[in-house]
Amino acid sequence: MSEFSRFKLGSVLAMAGNRSPWGGSSGSGKGGGGSKGAGDPPAEPTGEDGDAAPDAPRPSPPPRGPRNPWLPGGDAGPPRRSANIEDIFRPRGNRPGGGGGGGGGGGFPRMPQRRDGKSWMPLIAGGLALVWLFSTSAHQLGSTEEGLVTTFGKYSKTIGSGVSLTAPWPIQSVSVVDVTSIKRDTIPEGEGEKLMLTSDQNLVDLSYLVRWNIKDLMLYEFQLEDPDDTVKEVAEAAMRASVAEVPLNGVMGGAGRAQIEQNVRTRMQAILDAYRSGVLIQGVDIKKANPPEKVVGAFQQVTVAQQEAQRDQSNARAWAQQIIAQAQGETAEFDKVFEQYKLSPEVTRRRMYYETMERVLSNNDKVVVEANGVTPYLPLPEVRRRAQQAAPAAGGQ
Amino acid sequence: MLANLRENRTVLFALAAVVIGVLTSVVVVPETEQAVVVRLGEPVRVINRFEPKVNFGDTGAGLSLRIPFFERLVRIDRRLLSVDMERQQVQSSDQRLLEVDAYARFRIIDAFKMVKAAGTSDKVVEQLQPILTSVLRQELGKRQFQSLLTAERGAAMAQIRAGLDREARQYGAQVVDVRIKSADLPAGTPLDSAFIRMEAARQQEATTIKAQGERNAQIIRADAQAQASRLYADSFGKDPSFYDFYRAMKSYDATFSNPNAKSSSTIILSPDNDYLRQFKGR
Repeated sequence: MSEFSRFKLGSVLAMAGNRSPWGGSSGSGKGGGGSKGAGDPPAEPTGEDGDAAPDAPRPSPPPRGPRNPWLPGGDAGPPRRSANIEDIFRPRGNRPGGGGGGGGGGGFPRMPQRRDGKSWMPLIAGGLALVWLFSTSAHQLGSTEEGLVTTFGKYSKTIGSGVSLTAPWPIQSVSVVDVTSIKRDTIPEGEGEKLMLTSDQNLVDLSYLVRWNIKDLMLYEFQLEDPDDTVKEVAEAAMRASVAEVPLNGVMGGAGRAQIEQNVRTRMQAILDAYRSGVLIQGVDIKKANPPEKVVGAFQQVTVAQQEAQRDQSNARAWAQQIIAQAQGETAEFDKVFEQYKLSPEVTRRRMYYETMERVLSNNDKVVVEANGVTPYLPLPEVRRRAQQAAPAAGGQ
Repeated sequence: MLANLRENRTVLFALAAVVIGVLTSVVVVPETEQAVVVRLGEPVRVINRFEPKVNFGDTGAGLSLRIPFFERLVRIDRRLLSVDMERQQVQSSDQRLLEVDAYARFRIIDAFKMVKAAGTSDKVVEQLQPILTSVLRQELGKRQFQSLLTAERGAAMAQIRAGLDREARQYGAQVVDVRIKSADLPAGTPLDSAFIRMEAARQQEATTIKAQGERNAQIIRADAQAQASRLYADSFGKDPSFYDFYRAMKSYDATFSNPNAKSSSTIILSPDNDYLRQFKGR
């Protein structure tokens, strides 16, 4: 009850202060000035609240609004009330103390007054408007970005990097997208096995990477329901189609792989262009092309067989080198001897004969049987014994 | 002052009414939508209708007018939409099973018809899904398994697209493209038998490679032998009788006077032996 009476007092004061010095005509004249002039600092908040209050001739003062739960209770300040419909429609310029009525801003007890006694409201409103204007009409775009400007939903232009101005929201709105950065989609996602049929009806476990970016932002934004998903689906269709044209060994081998990558890329670009998707495929990379897990063993057997075959062949090659080298050596030796032999055949022949016989006979026992027609008795056991004696002697030397 | 307030209030009310009127009669249609204006349940016109040749910016998107309360807007997607088929088992004409995953891309080209026949584009998708499945089954069932994998797939796809497009036209939609995302062997027997076949093929390959390796090794050896004997023949053939003598000498050396394998033999010589010729003192 005491609050209410203070409130009324404040409003009366405000009116009085307002009416007399400025003739009640100025729209910007606020009651606050009056209360200040009255030199009543404790009443200051009340006076401010009075700005929003109904004036005295009103048949009944508006009911106190619900207490603001966030404000300290008791007499820390006057009650705040929500604006009622009359407040909203009240002509402000005409009546005293009306201008500051909007919002609770004026109602804060600790809000200081401006020096000339005017309300903060126009400043705050102006500031908000500026922020709104600035934030929705000036756009700074990074070097990789482009922005699509639409006027009430209708396409008007595409802006590039740098600072651009547009009409403020909600007239024009801008959607900024990074267009030059390359997006990467790995298919399949995760490490799962993805089997594809090859032209010889074998299966291959394939995973690949699609690199793409936006070629035409307008088409990208407006043409497709879900462009990112479309890229993936098209990639899958194109990859399947390309793999199905190549036999298994081609998919797993190097040259075939490059061919497939190129094929998929061309195919994808053709389909996406037909959709007018505004997407540019930068490249397709096959990350892995492995045999299915279940038959890996058999594939390893092939590798083992290849290695065995390699080993056999290199063994044979080594042997062949050896044989040929030996032949070359022997023939070279013979050729050299033969050259000398040709110079004086008879002498060389005899010399070689004697030299050889010398070596042969000097190392062996010799028995010369002279008489013709006489059967010689060969004391073979004795010969052997002598030989046995000779051997240790030779060894002893 | 009271009168002043009243007057102002009337003005304000009038202004509010105008604002509300404008707000309800002006509609915003973005580039990605076309809107059918339905007047008392009857579609009367299309805002931002799809036209293939018109560039964005020249379309009917943006602000449009309508009669408030009488005209209602049905918004339809103007973009390329997608129908995804659920994974289906399809039998080829040679009785082999294939698990097929396909999608179609379509666009609403006749919004009137679509609103009348289906209502929303989600319903069109619902309608097209079973049709896509059955058209796909029909077309793929006419073809052999192998041809589904390779080049003929394109022809089959064109047929399927045409078939689906025929059906889609009654919903005001145009089918732009149909593609098989994947065509796999179904899990179970078909997949397992493919694995077995692959395994057998690999084993065969392994055996072949091994045999080829052996064969190549043999050829390499034979080549070397041939080369060596040609060398020998070229060299020794210059004088066969000298070769005979020379080789005999080497052989005697190796056999009888090899220091590594010392085993003394007893050699019985006849005085007629050539080596002892000079014994006779002639």
